[in-house]
Amino acid sequence: MQVERPKLTIWERTYLPQILHGLWLTLKHIPRRKFTRQYPEEKPPLYGAYRGAPTLVKDPEGRIKCVSCQLCEFVCPPKAIRITPGTRPDGSPDANVEKEPKEFVIDMLRCIYCGYCEEVCPEEAIFLKRDFAIAGYKREELQFNMEKLLELGGVQEDSIWKWKYKGAPPPDAPAAPKREAKVS
Amino acid sequence: MIPFLLINLVKIACVIGVMLTVVAYTVLAERKVCAWMQDRIGPNRVGPMGLLQPLADGLKFVFKEDVLSHHVNKVYFTLAPMIALVPALITIAVVPWGSQLMIPGLAEPVKGVIADLNVGILFVFAISSLGVYGIVLAGWSSNSKYPFLGSIRSSAQMISYEVCLGLSVVPVFMQVGSLNLSQVVEYQAHHVWLGLCQPLSFFIFVVSAFAETNRLPFDLPEAEQELVGGYHTEYSSMKFAMFFMGEYAAMFVASALMVTLFFGGWSLPFAPFNVPAQTLGVGLAHIGIFLVKVCGFLFFYIWVRWTIPRFRYDQLMALGWKLFIPLTLLNILISGVVLTLMSK
Amino acid sequence: MNIHDALFWFFSIAMLACGLLVIANRNPVTSAMFLVLLFVFMAGLFLLLEAIFIAAIQVLVYAGAVMVLFLFVIMLLDIKASERRKFKILGVVGGIAVGLAFVWELVIILSQPIEPLAGGGAELHGGLEEVVKPFFAHYMLPFEVTALLLLVAMVGVVLLSKKELK
Repeated sequence: MQVERPKLTIWERTYLPQILHGLWLTLKHIPRRKFTRQYPEEKPPLYGAYRGAPTLVKDPEGRIKCVSCQLCEFVCPPKAIRITPGTRPDGSPDANVEKEPKEFVIDMLRCIYCGYCEEVCPEEAIFLKRDFAIAGYKREELQFNMEKLLELGGVQEDSIWKWKYKGAPPPDAPAAPKREAKVS
Repeated sequence: MIPFLLINLVKIACVIGVMLTVVAYTVLAERKVCAWMQDRIGPNRVGPMGLLQPLADGLKFVFKEDVLSHHVNKVYFTLAPMIALVPALITIAVVPWGSQLMIPGLAEPVKGVIADLNVGILFVFAISSLGVYGIVLAGWSSNSKYPFLGSIRSSAQMISYEVCLGLSVVPVFMQVGSLNLSQVVEYQAHHVWLGLCQPLSFFIFVVSAFAETNRLPFDLPEAEQELVGGYHTEYSSMKFAMFFMGEYAAMFVASALMVTLFFGGWSLPFAPFNVPAQTLGVGLAHIGIFLVKVCGFLFFYIWVRWTIPRFRYDQLMALGWKLFIPLTLLNILISGVVLTLMSK
Repeated sequence: MNIHDALFWFFSIAMLACGLLVIANRNPVTSAMFLVLLFVFMAGLFLLLEAIFIAAIQVLVYAGAVMVLFLFVIMLLDIKASERRKFKILGVVGGIAVGLAFVWELVIILSQPIEPLAGGGAELHGGLEEVVKPFFAHYMLPFEVTALLLLVAMVGVVLLSKKELK
């Protein structure tokens, strides 16, 4: 495509009108409304499926949902997750679940917040919450262990009730299970 | 002899003190004004409205590590920042800050200028032309590519625009009839501000001063995008701070010269500000007027920097040699003819 | 010895030292910088003679412009520090001969009694007018002819530096 070069008058060719126009433009911006967000005081709004720090959640009864299947450990692209699997003690009421993590460490220095772990988890035990300001004074501080991850995750009200209701849920249960729980 | 020395020492201390304070706050103003023009707030964390920011910056510079690369020429590398800063501080000596101060207890009024030289403007040009060595030596001694390119550009640019700068003010001195800056101001106090009757001279002086102080749109020696900071790429800590202060001090001097030559210096076109001060209060007011005008020009510097993009090198040279030098020569000729006709 | 004399000796000795260092140094940039320093000290000598205008012009033109161009050329051509050269007999003999000639001249000049200037130099203030007025009044023709010569030289340089003539 041919573009016609505009014919400039002599006054325009001195570039003075453009410079003056530019100066006027920048001057006009001085009293305008400012868009700066004063960050530590004003938090930015987080929308929809924001992916913050990964955390471990508990079910409404306060039990660890993770069964240490280690799928998240395998899928994690930067290999930030390390799980030490363990078994549930025989006498416990949840002995039918068989496994639980003995230790669960996420290296927040390596985590890239991709959300694959959340996606892959069959138990919906790991969730990316909304914390984004992860900072520490030492590298060790940013190795989040199970205790810390559970504390960050808290209790997740969701649809998997597999351990409590063997069979049909009670009439006052908040939601029906969406998929069949792996109940032996 | 002794009181003379004492008065001058006090004057020098005051001038340097005020100047460096203004320089420090110009840096803050630069950041603030830039932020406002871009719809931001700018530094506001240190002190109320960020007013203590220069202090924090200074502390930061002092505590930073002073990196001395093994490939630099150490003598020139250390010398260069000093050469860049000192000329700007010296040249302010001949600029009249005020008319005179009647200090009680002293027989004679104290002049508002440190050195009332008869060749004031030549002194300014001579000393400020030495400032280029700071940049050239910095680039050469850094012994790396980008600083070197910056210093090569700088030496050519400074020489070219020194010619424009010198020629552009000739009509002013033809009209006043003296090279003494105090007399230039007094002439303007009695007659008219020279910016009004020498607009072309004023315009070329302003543009050339931008080039001489390495400010945008002529900051080719630094050119962050192409040369990674140009001549001061290898510098850190206080040495870098000295370049920084040198640039802003040079801006202050250039603004002071614009005020003195074209905007009436300490004077205002009505009484009692158009005659040398007879009381201490008016004398101080004169200094205040001068400083306010200088701050206005400093704002102009900042304003232009955040508006106009950088020139290309060939555009810079063409502007200087092909446009400004012929124009200044023509201006001198026309001024001469007009002044001769008017004197008859 | 008053302060005037002290300054005179300081500037003279510093000038000589700088001059020596200009030729004794192997690094071209250092040589150039000592030449700048020499010009500054020379301006100091002019100041002692109360020739303020010439002192300012000295610093402005020589130290501020000419030497920057020198540095520019040194840096652009990337002249390395010159190596230690062998003395050539012709050079040594010639140098000594020229040096002796200068010494002889100095002896002749200094052996004559020094007389103060006839016109009484006290009336000169070294300001702009004293320096410039003769150029535009008494020596108008030579001044203009010199200017014309410089212009011719400049045009010549421009012509020579063109790669191709159109």
